[in-house]
Amino acid sequence: MADRPLSPHLSIWRWGPHMLVSILHRVAGDGMAFIALPVLLWWLGALASGPEAYESFAGVMTSPIGYVVLVGISWAFFNHMSSGIRHFVLDMGAGYEISLNKKFSYVSIASGIVLTIAFWGAILLF
Amino acid sequence: MGRRTTLERYGDKGTAIGHVRGLGSSGEGAHHWLLQRFTAIGNLLTVLFLVVSLILLPDLSYATARDWVSNPIPATVIALLIISVFWHARLGLQVLIEDYVDTPGNKFAAIAALNLATFGGAAFGLFSIARLALGAPLVGGA
Repeated sequence: MADRPLSPHLSIWRWGPHMLVSILHRVAGDGMAFIALPVLLWWLGALASGPEAYESFAGVMTSPIGYVVLVGISWAFFNHMSSGIRHFVLDMGAGYEISLNKKFSYVSIASGIVLTIAFWGAILLF
Repeated sequence: MGRRTTLERYGDKGTAIGHVRGLGSSGEGAHHWLLQRFTAIGNLLTVLFLVVSLILLPDLSYATARDWVSNPIPATVIALLIISVFWHARLGLQVLIEDYVDTPGNKFAAIAALNLATFGGAAFGLFSIARLALGAPLVGGA
């Protein structure tokens, strides 16, 4: 590393909800790229390959680990969607007042969790 | 590794500000930013279509899922989903690489690998949907 001072980084800031939203947005988005996209391709590839391939896909996905992966993917999507919509609001230049920004950050995190629970509830109900 | 000083970067060929003065923006940032937003809107619409469909389908057995995705509208939307989502993932992972991979050679290699993976993945997804929608004979019968 250079001897000169680099720009201040994570350690010097007091943590706030907006920082958590930001890092969760990246974790959920890049996590989906590495896990959700392969699972999506496996699902479509298994459907295109026939019943036996679909059986092995369904077998893995309905195992305990499979459900953890699927619930994780659904949370990653709803979280990334919620904070993504927050990004659209910020892109319009709105929501930068500190108290409102904090409030939207909490709403974004909560919304990801609530939508995940609602999704699995709906899957079980219908 | 890590960031180099201005002198190491440019030697005696001038200062950093002299290199960038008059060039305007990097020239590609706004395009990347806009595409990320456009594909985000595509993701929002197509993935929510998939989410609602998964909820409304009576079950997720092979026959049910295959019959559903073989229909014209689901096949079209899922094909668009593949394009939008893989494009968006490519843009997002590119930013991750640019943020955390400092060495130019490694950065080039990582972005090259990213392009292969996302184009390859999208091609496989689109092929699978085409095969389902256009009704190729299935291994093991239907």
